[in-house]
Amino acid sequence: MSRPVRFNIHPIEAKINESIAAIEAPEGYSGDGFFTSKLSDVVGLARKNSLWPLPFATSCCGIEFMATMGSHYDLARFGSERVGFSPRQCDLLMVMGTIAKKMGPVLRQVYLQMAEPRWVIAVGACASSGGIFDTYSVLQGIDQVIPVDVYVPGCPPRPEAILDGFMKIQDLVGAESIRRRNSDQYKALLNGYGIE
Amino acid sequence: MALNYQYIQTKLTEKFGDAVGNFEESYGMLCFESPKEQNLKVLQYLYDEPSLGFQFLTDLCAVNYPDNIGRELAVVYHLHNLQENIRIRYKVFTAIENTDVFTATKLFSSADWMERETFDFYGINFVGHPNLKRILNVDEMDYFPLRKEYPLEDQTRIDKDDQMFGRN
Repeated sequence: MSRPVRFNIHPIEAKINESIAAIEAPEGYSGDGFFTSKLSDVVGLARKNSLWPLPFATSCCGIEFMATMGSHYDLARFGSERVGFSPRQCDLLMVMGTIAKKMGPVLRQVYLQMAEPRWVIAVGACASSGGIFDTYSVLQGIDQVIPVDVYVPGCPPRPEAILDGFMKIQDLVGAESIRRRNSDQYKALLNGYGIE
Repeated sequence: MALNYQYIQTKLTEKFGDAVGNFEESYGMLCFESPKEQNLKVLQYLYDEPSLGFQFLTDLCAVNYPDNIGRELAVVYHLHNLQENIRIRYKVFTAIENTDVFTATKLFSSADWMERETFDFYGINFVGHPNLKRILNVDEMDYFPLRKEYPLEDQTRIDKDDQMFGRN
């Protein structure tokens, strides 16, 4: 009597190249053994695909972020599997949740401890505007204490929305001029928040 | 003999006479009040008298009655006799212009933080408190947010259109 198990004796070769998402090379000229491009494009390409996020999760948006980090939505696809918990190592501050006024100085200190270049994403209604907590004890949006690059709406936003915000940050990072952080405009922005 | 509310009322009236009054049993719990100058004497008596024995301070908070002229703020003590498992509430009223109330920290150590919280939100000045400063709100806050004269919403905010939020 034959065994009920059949072995796949004619396997189809997996097409590896079709299942790998490769990053497009930046614009430039190439020839035999050389490639020229703009330095800012190459640096932007490196930065945007290896962002280290620092989660500052205080409430339900943080739970959505945990789902975003999980295998189903998988933030690691964007080169961010390394979630850091030291502000000195991270590039992207992700503020997720209600920030009480008493926590404002703490958030600001975390931002100040991050090294340039640094980006900030405000996830959810509370971090963006205070949300439903229109009250005396809640900071009405974290942009009152630190500059914000991308706002993600929602209460709480779905993981897809967080990913969309993250990709917006990637676009900003990739397109950023190398000289932006030294510009007078950027210094004026920080001075507007009382940051040297 | 089991302790009951009738007995507590009798003992208090015997000791303090007309100074304690407004006895009522709302929601099945005995509640009474006295002038605020008497609060430590009443608490001490409830603590020391062996047949009463209210030696546990469950809660201490305040209530603001803005229409109650001259008695705008009430300080409420929730006391518990752990042996008989009987709870009572005790109120003292104070005018909003002069919120001095004697501190209960000498009698109940747990009153320390509860009085700080009550000061933080209602501005009750607990005379004799060892460290009367804000405990929950930011130190820079310059008002007492749970008094009814202050709206709940953050007034520093300029980007919220009241009409869009259904209020005038």
